[in-house]
Order: sequence, then structure tokens, then C-alpha cells
Amino acid sequence: MLAFVFRRAMQSIAVLVLMSAIVFAGIYAVGNPVEILVSPSASALEKEQTSARLGLDKPLHVQYVRFLANAVRGDLGQSFAFGVPAMELILQRLPATLELAVSAILIAIALGIPLGLWAGLRPGTLGGRAIMGASIVGFSLPTFWMGLVLIMVFAVELGVLPSGGRGPTSPLLGVPVSFLSLEGLKHLVLPATNLALFNISMVIRLTKAGAQEAMLSDYVKFARAKGLAPRRIVGVHVLKNIMIPIITVVALQFGSVVAFAIVTETIFAWPGIGKLLIESIGVLDRPVVVAYLMLTVLMFIFVNLFVDLAYSTLDPRVRLR
Amino acid sequence: MPSNPWKEFVAAFATNRVALAGCAVLLVVMLTAVFAPLAAPQNPYDLGLLNLEDTKLAPGTRSAVTGAVHLFGTDEQGRDMLSAIMYGLRTSLWVGFVATVLAFVIGSTLGLLAGCVGGRLDALLMRVADIQLSFPAILIALILVAVLGQGVGKIITALVGVQWAFYARTARGAALVERNKEYVEAATGLGLSRARIISCHVLPNCMAPLIVVAALQVASAITLEATLSFLGVGLPITEPSLGLLIANGFGQMLSGKYWISIYPGLALLLTIVAINLVADQLRDVLNPRLQTV
Amino acid sequence: MNPPALNVRNLTTVFDTRGGTVTAVNDVSFSVGKGEILGLVGESGSGKSQTAYSLMNLVDRPGRITAGRIELNGHDLAGLGEEGWRRVRGRRIAMIFQDPMLTLNPVLRIDTQMIEAVQAHSGASRQQAREIARECLVKVGIASPDERLACYPHQFSGGMRQRVAIAIALIHRPEVIIADEPTTALDVTIQEQILFEMQTLARESGTALVWITHDLSVVAGLADRVAVMYAGRIVESGPAAQILAKPSHPYTAALLDSVPARNPRGVPLFQIPGAPPNLLEQADGCAFRPRCPKARAACADDIPVLTSGEAAVRCLAPHRALQEALAA
Repeated sequence: MLAFVFRRAMQSIAVLVLMSAIVFAGIYAVGNPVEILVSPSASALEKEQTSARLGLDKPLHVQYVRFLANAVRGDLGQSFAFGVPAMELILQRLPATLELAVSAILIAIALGIPLGLWAGLRPGTLGGRAIMGASIVGFSLPTFWMGLVLIMVFAVELGVLPSGGRGPTSPLLGVPVSFLSLEGLKHLVLPATNLALFNISMVIRLTKAGAQEAMLSDYVKFARAKGLAPRRIVGVHVLKNIMIPIITVVALQFGSVVAFAIVTETIFAWPGIGKLLIESIGVLDRPVVVAYLMLTVLMFIFVNLFVDLAYSTLDPRVRLR
Repeated sequence: MPSNPWKEFVAAFATNRVALAGCAVLLVVMLTAVFAPLAAPQNPYDLGLLNLEDTKLAPGTRSAVTGAVHLFGTDEQGRDMLSAIMYGLRTSLWVGFVATVLAFVIGSTLGLLAGCVGGRLDALLMRVADIQLSFPAILIALILVAVLGQGVGKIITALVGVQWAFYARTARGAALVERNKEYVEAATGLGLSRARIISCHVLPNCMAPLIVVAALQVASAITLEATLSFLGVGLPITEPSLGLLIANGFGQMLSGKYWISIYPGLALLLTIVAINLVADQLRDVLNPRLQTV
Repeated sequence: MNPPALNVRNLTTVFDTRGGTVTAVNDVSFSVGKGEILGLVGESGSGKSQTAYSLMNLVDRPGRITAGRIELNGHDLAGLGEEGWRRVRGRRIAMIFQDPMLTLNPVLRIDTQMIEAVQAHSGASRQQAREIARECLVKVGIASPDERLACYPHQFSGGMRQRVAIAIALIHRPEVIIADEPTTALDVTIQEQILFEMQTLARESGTALVWITHDLSVVAGLADRVAVMYAGRIVESGPAAQILAKPSHPYTAALLDSVPARNPRGVPLFQIPGAPPNLLEQADGCAFRPRCPKARAACADDIPVLTSGEAAVRCLAPHRALQEALAA
């Protein structure tokens, strides 16, 4: 077990370093942020001063080494645009994104599993086929377009939900969350649903396939031969067998959800790290972009590791390589 | 009496009527895209044709200036939405297909090599592919776009950079299976060169799963490009795809002028759903395990 | 006279496949008395497993039972609804499947799977159910049952898993147990053990046992009665000793001849010529005709069942032989 974790850790560090190097070099190659940050009429001297202040006058590899040295201490540089440490900027906005992501995943599971079970247990029926058809549509819908439709229907036409922004927050265990108030929930519903869409479809399809296969399996036949009630067969035997792969996939999707939040946050003006990223790419605010990517990669690695470890405890047959 | 494999394939495919409908829609979409310059009522990118009085007309209104009916309305610059959608489809489809074909060629080649040659090349390629596949596509696309910058070629490169890994993994898996089959041994015994064995013997047998992946990935590529364009980091304004059209209309939505965003979105949705339906059926037909008696 | 524990009359089960309708179980009739062991013999594809599933109404789509009576101690089970069947399964008829690795749910513990079997048909508490489960494990010869109850199926050997399956079948002391090739997936030595144990259990508890197998030698030592299946039909049935000593149906005779143990050394092993029939192309008359050494033109029509005493055979050959003997 320990060897496994160690190997994973080494791999992850390699990925992190590689990622940071690529982005670092890449953004540098695209353009000089100084041009964007200073007004067009600035003198050459002012540009030089800004460059020096931001450390952009040193050669690339020097900058990178400096960056790595600082990174290990947790300092990922100062945002060019805002002038505050990039890490601080990101950590400030992180709770909003996490709230959105977790809500989306919960919605996906709460809606997806029952619908998928229904479709899997009654595959030929109208209801079953309708659910599968809806899942293809949900899977194909571009997230951003769905967001627009949601805003149009619920905010503009019906006027029952706000069209953007985050509701009022209150601290929970020191972290500002917005779902504790009705107003906050109203603001959360649309973006969370929007973000959940892709995952709902995926969970439905996974659950349906799993349930269908399970119902034809020998252990279900045996359970029926024992005279067990249908509710127990589905609720215990089938569910326990299909839950594990479904939860695994959903957990692994966590990283994806955080990444897709970029789109949802842009549409719904949700003050999370996704929106920050897009803005930073636009102004070539490299420290923030790099900090975002490092943080996301780190999150991924942790989630993947956690899922692998949890899997081996949930499924008694699995051994870690 | 052996029947024509093409006829069998078409017959098997046709058993799913929804997929057939998807095929039909796809055909219409592709024809529209190909013939856009001829079929569109107006060239939306010819600035000279735009009339400022015609801006933001609702769908179905008649233009006061030209007398033509704008089926889907006009945008804030007076462009006919129907034409804009047709041209947008053209760009979206073109970028999506080119990216898919390139990713297919590059990814499959790398995957076949990895599978047939094995050893360190295999280990290295697959490690890279695995790591890449564990990240969401949009993140990788964003990184590549941030690094490469904007422009049609760069976007296509970014899309290829995201998708090659799918083809590589599939090709490698198929190659590994084929490699152990007897016809490869026979061909090697005949003294055929490795390259010839791989390209002429192994490759055709790996095509089925690769085609399925390609079909599924086309939709993915188109959606990804649309998302990137929507976010403002995709195609430049001179070559708008549906994503950019939707982005443009976003600001107008809150004032009730929904058609500028919604109709391009519907066109996009229709295309993607059609592709997914066809791809799904392709996968069922080509999957040997699902072939029942 | 007491009704037999299990009486099956004219059972027919068909499958609606894309290629056509397959009659997997074709007009099957047999009966098993209390404490009696019936050996149901046939090759793969002869319809024996589907017969077993039909007896418990467990036939999956696209199959369905189209005709027949199933009587359990005189009660006709045909009119039962879903809930009625659920109450019968596991309590009055129990089934042991071929591969316990597939039939025991891999993610649930043994005690969970046994306790739920108990609670499905009784109001027992969890504690009481566990006790019953424990007793049943002891009955099938599993040592340290308490530890075993806390295990998962994959932690057991094949033989032990099958014993657990047998224990589950015995929980409610059913009137009939159907065992579908329970020892096929096991080592030969374990096979012997389990065969013997099953036989003892059946005799002691008066349970009727239907033992399905493709292996005649298993039947020889175990069964009181034998029924031979071919292409979905029962071609011969009767007391085991009689059938195995003097088979009336050519197929039964051929099966006996193919048993390697019966073959003298040095002589090539006997094989039945031809191949089992494709059930999609069922013609009229006897399905064994293409491979039968005694086939005549009359075999192309419907073959009636000839009974003599406790034996029955679906063949024209024995009657013909008798007539020829009389005429001579």
C-alpha cells in the first residue's frame, strides 16, 4: 500500500513540474504581458520599470527556477493584473467553485441513479427509452448553450430565478457558503444544474447499463430462486454491485466538473476560479494561470488517489497494484 | 453464399430507426454547410450588405430596407441569422472534421506503433496518453490555447492535442490483440517487412473500433471548439463558428432578444445529437460482442 | 396414494429469437416422489437447464412457458402470480445452480446472503436467522461456521461455495430441490463427496431431488429414476437400474456406449455420429433421426410415447423389435 502511494506521489510531482514548465514557457512565448498591462502611451522607461518590477526582465529559465523555488514554499508569484499573490487570489475564489462543483455532483447522483435504474429495469418500455433518449440529448448539449436556455426560461421568461451571481454567503466551518439561505439556494440552482447536466446523462447511462446487465446475471437469478422480494433484489443485490463503478466514475469526474465550471461560471457570473482563469488568460496574467493549473492538477491527483484507495476498501476483490 | 459485407452493414445499421433519422439530419446539416455560400440568402461577412436599420429584428420580420424576410431574425449588426448560422455551421463542421481526421491519423499511427513495436516506446507513449486522458479535455485545450495563441490552425492543433490519446489507446489495444493472431505470424514467416505487416495487415483489422472512436469524437471536437469560442479563446471573429455566434448573442439575451443566441445553439445541438445517434448505432453494429445470433 | 412431490405434465417452453422460435423444452413430462432422486440426463443444449428454470418460472426473456402443468404435492402452480411464485421459490422448491462463483453475489457477505434467504419466507429476527444459517452450514459439513459466515464468496474454494449453495437450498426444508449440474465445476474428488452427501440428505429429509447432469456415470450411483433428454424432449424415462442395464431408446444406448469407463482398453472410444440438432430448424418427427442407427421412414412423423410399467420411451424401435420378435 505504501509503495503504491509513494509511486503515485512521485508520478504526480513529475506531472506537476512538467505542466508548470509547459505553461510557463508557453505563456511567455505568446506575448509580453507588459504590453497589455501598461497604457499604450507609456514610455520605454516605464515599460522597463514595470518589467523589472514584475521580474520579467530576467531570462526565461531564471524566471522559471525562481518560480519553482517559490512554489515549494507555497508562493506562486504575484498576479500581474491585481498585484496580490496569485495563490491568495485563487484561494479566495475557491470555495465558490467547490460549492458549485459539489452541488453539481450531488444533483447528478440524486437524479441520475434513480432514472438510470428505471431505464435499466424496464429497458423496452416507453419510459425507459425516453430516459435513454433524453440522456443522449443531455450528453450532446453543449454546457454553455444549456446555461443560456436555463437563463432564458427561468430568469427572463418566468422570472423565478436570478440570472447570475452568487447569493449571500454565511460561514460554515470558516468557509463562506451560500446554500444555507433561500436566496443563496436560488442563485445556486441554475448554475449547479447546468454543471450537472453532462454528469446526469453519464450516470443515467452507466446505471442503466449496469442494472440491465445485473438483472441478467446469475446471482440475480439465484436471488430470485431463493424467493427474495424484487425490492430487495434491486435495492441490495443489484445496487451494491453497480454502485461501486458508478461512484468511482463520478468521483473521477470531479476534476472535470471543476474544469467545466469555467464555462458555467462565465455564463452565470459566478465568482469562482474558472471565471478568474478566463480573465487571466485574456490579459496574459501568467502567475494566476499557472497557479490555477497547478491547483487543479493537484486536486485531480488527490481525487484519483483517494478514489483508488477507497475502491480497494469498497470492493473486497480488488488489490492495489 | 457470402453476402455483400456493405449490404449487411447497412442493413444492420438501419435496424435502429432513430439512428437513421440522425443520419438524415446529419446529411442535411452537411449539405447546408457545404453549400452555404450558394444557399444562404445573404453573405453575413460582407459588411457592405449590412443595413443598420435592420438590427435586432425578431424572427420572421420583413426588412424595411430590402424587403426580404429574415427567417431567424437579425443580430445586433444587422446580419441575417439564417445566413450567419449556415456559415457558422460550415466553420464549426470544418474545424471539427479536420481536427478529427488529423487526430485520427496521428493518434492511430502512434498507437499502432506502440502496440506493434512494444518495449520502451510503448511504455512511454501510453504513460503520456494515460496522464493526458486523466485530465478533462477542456483543461488541456485551455492550456494548449494559452500556449499556442489564437487562430484557426492553432485551435485545430489544440483539438488534435486533446484527442490524439483516444485514438492512440484504441489503436494500441487493437494492435496488441491482432499482433498475436496467426496471420501476423504467417506474414512474418513470409518475410514481409514490419512496416508492411503493420500497415497492410494489422491496420485494416483495427479499423472498426477506430472508426467508432472517430464518430464519437467528431461531436466532441465540435463541442469543444464551440466552448472555446464561446469563452473567447477560440476562433477569431473573422471566421465565426456557431460558438462565437452564441457568445455574441449572449449579451442580448437578457433584453429578450433570444434568437441571436438560441438559434445558432439549436443548430449546434441538432448537429451534435445527430452525430451522437449515428455514432452510437455505429458502435453497436461494429461491436463484435454485441452481435447476437 | 400420495401425490408425487413433483409432477410435471407436458411442459413446453419456447424462445422467440431473431432467427425464429426455438422450442427449448418440448412436451416434457416426468414425476418425482418424496425422497426420490431423479436423474435428468442430456447433452449441452438438450434443454435440461431451461426445464429447471421453467419449473421455478425463472425463464428470462425472450423465453416463455407456453404449455404444461407443474404440480407440487398435488397443487397446480400454473395459476400463481408473481408474488405467489416468490413464496414458492426457496421455500417449497429450491434450486442449486452450476457455478456458485457466479450465483453468490460477490460483494455481499455469506451471512447476509443466507440471512436474507431465511427472512424471505419467515418472520425470523436477524439473530434467529443467523442461527438457522449457522445450523445449515454445519449440516453440509462446513467447519467453523461462524468464521465462514463473515466471509465473502471469493474467499472460499469451489467445493465450499457449492456447499454454501446447498445449505441455502436446505434452509426452509423444501419439498423439491432441483440441482443443475452442481458438481460439474468441481474437482472429481469433491464431486464424489457432495454426491454422497446430497443423497444422504435427500433420504433423511424426504426431499425430492432432481439432479440434472450430462454425465451418466453420476446418475448411475445416485439416482432412483432416470429421464433422458434430447433436443428438448424426454426420449426415455424409468427406473435407473432398468434403463441403464437395458436402454430402449437408441440415444440412451449410444450415451451409455460413449462412457469411457465402459470401454474395453485398446478399442477406440465410441462417439455418436453426427452433431446435436440446430433447434432453429426443427422438423417433424424424431429429432434423433439423422444420427440413429435404427431410423426408418415412419420416424419422420410424430412419435408417440410408449409406456410399459414405470418406464416410458419415445421411440418406435422397441415396439418394432417386439413385433419382429413376435412374428418370428
